[in-house]
Amino acid sequence: MQQSRTDILKAYRQMRMIRDFEERLHIENRSGEIAGFTHLYAGQEAIAVGICEHLTDRDYISSTHRGHGHCIAKGCDPRLMMHEIYGRADGLCKGRGGSMHIADIDKGMLGANGIVGGGPPIAVGAALVCQARGDGSVAVSFGGGGSSNQGTVFEAMNMAVVLKLPKIFVFELNGYSEHTGEGYGIGSDLVGRTRGFGLPVFEADGFDYFSVHQAMADALEHVRAGKGPCALIAEATRYFGHFEGDPQNYRAKDEVKTLRETQDALLRFRRKVTEAKLIEAAELDAIDAEIAAFIEDCVASARKAPAPGVEIMLSDVYADY
Amino acid sequence: MTVKTMREALNEALFQEMRRDPGVIVIGEDVSGGAGGSSGSRDAAGGIFGVTKGLMGEFGDKRVIDTPISESAIIGLANGAALAGMRPVAELMFADFVGVAMDQIYNQMAKFRYMFGGKAKAPIVVRMSMGAGMNAAAQHSQTIYSMLSAVPGLKVVVPSNPADAKGMLAAAIRDDDPVIFLEHKALYSSKGEVPDGEYVAPLHGASLVQSGKDATVVTLGRMVSFAAKAAAKLAGDGITVDLIDLRSTSPIDEEMILESLSLTGRLVVVDESNPVCSIASEIAAIAAEKGFASLRAPVVRVTAPHTPVPFARELERMYVPGPDRIEAAIRKAVKGE
Ligand SMILES: Cc1ncc(C[n+]2csc(CCOP(=O)(O)OP(=O)(O)O)c2C)c(N)n1
Ligand SMILES: [Mg+2]
Repeated sequence: MQQSRTDILKAYRQMRMIRDFEERLHIENRSGEIAGFTHLYAGQEAIAVGICEHLTDRDYISSTHRGHGHCIAKGCDPRLMMHEIYGRADGLCKGRGGSMHIADIDKGMLGANGIVGGGPPIAVGAALVCQARGDGSVAVSFGGGGSSNQGTVFEAMNMAVVLKLPKIFVFELNGYSEHTGEGYGIGSDLVGRTRGFGLPVFEADGFDYFSVHQAMADALEHVRAGKGPCALIAEATRYFGHFEGDPQNYRAKDEVKTLRETQDALLRFRRKVTEAKLIEAAELDAIDAEIAAFIEDCVASARKAPAPGVEIMLSDVYADY
Repeated sequence: MTVKTMREALNEALFQEMRRDPGVIVIGEDVSGGAGGSSGSRDAAGGIFGVTKGLMGEFGDKRVIDTPISESAIIGLANGAALAGMRPVAELMFADFVGVAMDQIYNQMAKFRYMFGGKAKAPIVVRMSMGAGMNAAAQHSQTIYSMLSAVPGLKVVVPSNPADAKGMLAAAIRDDDPVIFLEHKALYSSKGEVPDGEYVAPLHGASLVQSGKDATVVTLGRMVSFAAKAAAKLAGDGITVDLIDLRSTSPIDEEMILESLSLTGRLVVVDESNPVCSIASEIAAIAAEKGFASLRAPVVRVTAPHTPVPFARELERMYVPGPDRIEAAIRKAVKGE
């Protein structure tokens, strides 16, 4: 699929935003200022962005515990996300949710999720609305390879097939679910198993934005033709531990280093668009510099932002309390 | 006796019981870890809190079973294995995940013995980490003993210290009924004297942590140490309390509570859970129904608010009942202000 210069620059900007956001959190985490569990998405940027660049605010996504990348790609405000992760009153969710529960319904972002397999059934419900509207909008659930073994995901896939919903199940294979290799838990071939549910599968190289973008275009063509749901499966890796602080005993020493040097999504993107003379390296450098400054500023403002008070704890349990 | 962490004490109990009975198996996500990883190391995790560390090396993968992320099937596996003669110890990494496995817990395991005319037994332990204190937010911080204690057929226990953790886990494994075994995640690194060698503690029955004359303070889990702090401060002002560690929320040791109440006349219940339909309400009901004549003041409940567990440090700190709130509540009960 042909993409304009504007599209390409925007995609790069989004991937760079996610990368810098996550790498900065990795550093900030050591300062002890950030509370709770933080699961970083660095290494998988091409998947979130390759998919979400096709979507608008009318489309829906559900996300996972590793949600920052999906949130940014779907249009959540990174500054407000940073404030949320710092637990501030003016964070995207008032400091109540933190890293694992970032959501912005107006952007079609139905929430990161602390429960593995919690998201896909919710996205099936959103797909029902998309189907009723008949405006070509779709719902996408993101999930890791490990999540593909959850019964809730099996039920969601079958339900979407039965109801012929405009729903795309994304499985991001990053090699691990927590401390266990993803292959161990997926007892058979994931692609074949997914097909067995009646879902056509579009595969992509999860380190390659253009590959993911094309697979998503194909997936959208399928669901928008009213043929029911499908799946998109892409492989990448996560650069950091399962959560910040994970000693990663399950992982060979050089695994990440090698992948990072040879496969990195941003490096490959840069190489591809500059070699094809679509974009000047200097244009990408300018984006890098701008985003580095922006993230710096987000952290600075998050540090200064007000802490939530008791009124935030005691409201929004119900509409009137 | 040796000073150990609660994590080490639990681990010791698992080794002890697995050596003693070949029917004891451990099932859960990352209970060993490392399977299919590029480092080639098994036991890369030993449970995400380290409680099952080392079991794989001694007992192997037939008895230490790493599972896919499939909580419903994890508990189902334990249920079926138990009906067919084993003594499974299943782990749900976080108590909050019971939601995914609820049918297998609530409709299946809890009811086998009764529904099947007393001919079946389900000697299962479901270990779960629970509680706030790590800013893990609304889906990784709940204390769910109230909800599960309401289910006939389940036993529910909440150790507050390393010695009980060891002895009660051993007892839970030997028990012929399903036991929900809740480990407070903020206590895994807490230390205490633990009996060496084989050790089994009573599974139920409360324990009197300290005795006093002015009020009965009933509490459990992480709140025991918070209540003890409050009691120490009050002692400076001449207020002393009976501090009762509940240990088990199903069944509840009514006798000890009522006996203490008959001596102090005042009851304060401290519970990290939400207040509605809670263990705190249950104990207040026991006092109202069976200890009414002893009560010289209204029962005071110190609980979390009726909200999900919030994320931010400031919010979680307000959410969890702390020593100051407990101290104020005891003063209120005693002085009536
Ligand atoms: C129902 C449930 N079970 C277990 C967990 C603990 N947990 C969080 S993330 C995770 C691994 C998920 O692996 P995968 O789906 O591959 O996603 P990744 O972490 O690799 O992005 C596990 C087991 C959880 N949060 N929810
Ligand atoms: Mg994974």
